[in-house]
Amino acid sequence: MTRPRLLFAGLAALVAALFLASLLTGPAGVGPGESLAALFGGGDDLLGLVMRELRLPRAILGLLVGAALGMAGAVLQGFLRNPLAEPGLIGTSASAALGAVLAIQTGLSAAFPLGLPLAALAGAGLSVLLVLALAGPRGGTLALILAGIAISALAGAATSLVLNLSPNPFAINEIVFWMMGSLADRSMLHVWIAAPFMMLGFALLWPLRRGLEALTLGEDAAASSGVNLGRLRLMLVAGIAALIGGATAVAGTVGFVGLVVPHVLRRAVGASPARLVPASALGGAATVLAADIAVRLIAPGRDLKLGVLTALVGAPFFLHLILKTRREGL
Amino acid sequence: MVGRLFLAAGLLLAGLALPAAAEAPRRVLSMNLCTDQLALMLAAPGQMVSVSYLAQDPTASAMAVEAGRLPVNHGLAEEIFLAQPDLVLAGAWSTPETVRLLERLGIAVEVFPIETDIAGIRANIRRMGEVLGREPQARAMLARFDADLARLTDGQDPRPRAALYMANGYSAGRDSLAGQIVDLAGFDNVADELGLPSGGVLALESLLLSDPDLLIEGRRYDGHARAQEMLEHPALRALSRGKPAQVISDPDWICGNPHILRAVAELRDARLALRDAP
Repeated sequence: MTRPRLLFAGLAALVAALFLASLLTGPAGVGPGESLAALFGGGDDLLGLVMRELRLPRAILGLLVGAALGMAGAVLQGFLRNPLAEPGLIGTSASAALGAVLAIQTGLSAAFPLGLPLAALAGAGLSVLLVLALAGPRGGTLALILAGIAISALAGAATSLVLNLSPNPFAINEIVFWMMGSLADRSMLHVWIAAPFMMLGFALLWPLRRGLEALTLGEDAAASSGVNLGRLRLMLVAGIAALIGGATAVAGTVGFVGLVVPHVLRRAVGASPARLVPASALGGAATVLAADIAVRLIAPGRDLKLGVLTALVGAPFFLHLILKTRREGL
Repeated sequence: MVGRLFLAAGLLLAGLALPAAAEAPRRVLSMNLCTDQLALMLAAPGQMVSVSYLAQDPTASAMAVEAGRLPVNHGLAEEIFLAQPDLVLAGAWSTPETVRLLERLGIAVEVFPIETDIAGIRANIRRMGEVLGREPQARAMLARFDADLARLTDGQDPRPRAALYMANGYSAGRDSLAGQIVDLAGFDNVADELGLPSGGVLALESLLLSDPDLLIEGRRYDGHARAQEMLEHPALRALSRGKPAQVISDPDWICGNPHILRAVAELRDARLALRDAP
């Protein structure tokens, strides 16, 4: 019993340290003491502006987006009992990005600020329903991945088309942002837009842990132990849509976090889905915060995309998982 | 096919036979926004047969009205060849394949370098006068340009600090035309202090901490783009609150020709207003 507790304490400490490091990372090169003093209202006015309006929203979004991606991955893998399920790979993130781009380009988000996350949520929700319908309730690996590829390709193409048709000459540059994700120059406004949706997603997925635990024994066993599978499914779709919709609306598509993090942590939590869900949320937060610090250190001022780093780490890992899955004859 | 080859060969021979300065070209086609404008200012009536489509776009061209009287081209070798120009004006950024193809078809092409400073602008005006056979007009334009410039750039201290901030967080310093305009208007440029003389991305937090006296923002285009969203960032709004901010009017900033003096004059007025403010 002490081992998971130790793990949670370690992960929480790591997230806290990375959050602090994220606050202190930036091109301005100001000392940590001075920066933190400015954050809490003391010190130079401009530095306070930088800390409160630029670095704080960036760190908060890194934390929330990472937690959302990690948790969504763990829940999807538990529900589909498939190690390759992940919001990026099954097309949820790309569909959320399409919803967000449509909201922005049609002017919906300008007319009504919540239009942006709501449209992203609608895109994410539709794609999860579509994947579940295409891959079937058991989520056979091949059907799941193929459905995900098709949905991702379609959503990506539609996103590019919408941005190509924009009257603004700069809109086309955004394709990279929606495909690769970034937290550069986000403001508190983005936090207020996305945070309520991600909170709702956490709240919807949190009670599913017991059901996911029961599902490891199979659907019949789960049903006989009192798990309402229909309700579980509904909450899962709503929760994933809220998490990925909220995260993608402000940060674009960040891939592979939901795939890698649950795998790295699975053994440490004794393969229990109930413990894997919160552990993956913490792990995801740490991963995205670390990646966002790394993009600022590797290429300062060039807005290297978050998704570039996560894919460089995640894609080889994905290949490794495919080989492993094949060996196990799944 | 054979006819086309003979035509090409004939044009090539004609080009070789004529000494360069013998006679002014009668059918001049320009395929670059900046050569469009310089040529429109210097050419004789009827000498230009076509300008690029960008020259008619009022968001990019300072001479959209004048260009509107001429047919446009899109820089494609086929349409240029069919217009039968005896001289094509191109910019250094024109597609090199098109320029090479036109030269192989025997059409004389003059490629003008990008102007990033006053010396470059003066050289291009002089050269445009030569290739169009309009030297006297070019000399007159240079004299007027020098006089206007001298009038705009006298008595420049103190020099306040300005920052250019455009879409995608792009800024530029003294090695760019935009940086030259800022410099001529009597401002020191934050981009030079931060090591971006020829331009690059200026992090929003570096911009905030540099605390410029004047913020010169890129213009906003219709429709939404994330590139432009950062111009609305609350932190940037907080920086420019209660301070003057200028918006770049693209047509006067893109090409190095006498129109830049309008941009210089506008910024100079902003500097004088800063000086007179308490």
